[in-house]
Amino acid sequence: MDPVAAKYIGAGIACIGMGGAGVGVGAIFGNYLAAALRNPSAAQGQFGNLIFGFAVTEALGIFSLLIALLLLFAL
Amino acid sequence: MADPIHQFEIQKLATLGHIGGHEIAFTNSALFMAITVVGIWALLVAGSSARALVPGRLQSIAELSYEFVADTIQSTAGKEGMRFFPLVFTLFMFILVANIIGLVPYTFTVTSHIIITASLALLVFLTVIFYGLYKHGLHFFRLFVPSGIPGYILPLIVFIEVLSFLSRPISHSVRLFANMLAGHITLKVFASFVTLLGGLGIAGIAGAVLPLALVVALTALELLVAFLQAYVFAILTCIYLNDAIHPGH
Repeated sequence: MDPVAAKYIGAGIACIGMGGAGVGVGAIFGNYLAAALRNPSAAQGQFGNLIFGFAVTEALGIFSLLIALLLLFAL
Repeated sequence: MADPIHQFEIQKLATLGHIGGHEIAFTNSALFMAITVVGIWALLVAGSSARALVPGRLQSIAELSYEFVADTIQSTAGKEGMRFFPLVFTLFMFILVANIIGLVPYTFTVTSHIIITASLALLVFLTVIFYGLYKHGLHFFRLFVPSGIPGYILPLIVFIEVLSFLSRPISHSVRLFANMLAGHITLKVFASFVTLLGGLGIAGIAGAVLPLALVVALTALELLVAFLQAYVFAILTCIYLNDAIHPGH
């Protein structure tokens, strides 16, 4: 296979990993919203935890994006 | 179609001098960083000059941003975290204002370059290491040894903890950089659909309304992302600093 083509295919495959981060971030915000609707008075206190969980989950998707960017522009 | 990457090009505006064969130039990146800093300075000076009991608009912005960052630090790093207030406030305001200035057409987004975000993230990372070692000495390394873990699984847990600690500056910097980069590329791609369709005559102009409306909606979304990423950067800084202030789980 042409190495340049393999590079682009690899970058595309690496981006599939971001789907997992999408599922995780959706679960976090969905569960937060469900819990906030049950007990709105406690919701504000958990906002920091929400953002922290979002950031940690999103980091894993970012690592796969990083691999794609490295394949496209650095290697 | 115009190149959507073109907006991130670093252009030389003036040459300041040479150090060891390398040119030291004043670039558009440096110009917009200076604009960001002057903008924050002007906002805070103008906001705090009136000192009215009932604050006006500018004073409200200054007070709100102060209280917002102070609340964030106290809820994540406790009272002792307030000694890092200048660091966290500077990072938050710099990233927020740089992101918002970058949303104005024909400007340059400072935070869409990995070198800028990596410098900020490494600053936080090294602050955590040096302050943790200065404050707690070798006890700082308790951070990597959670309590209540059975001995046979401890080496694995310590390995994972060290690995996740070392990957922090990577995710910290790439998150901000990738979000700004991807958002701005998306905006420019949709904007180029508008010009492409608009060049097709009457039917094309009618069709161009849809991508134009999408560009407006995406700009609103990017405004949210600009604030959210600045907040995420600030709150992660607080959480990492909390590890330096209170190591050990």
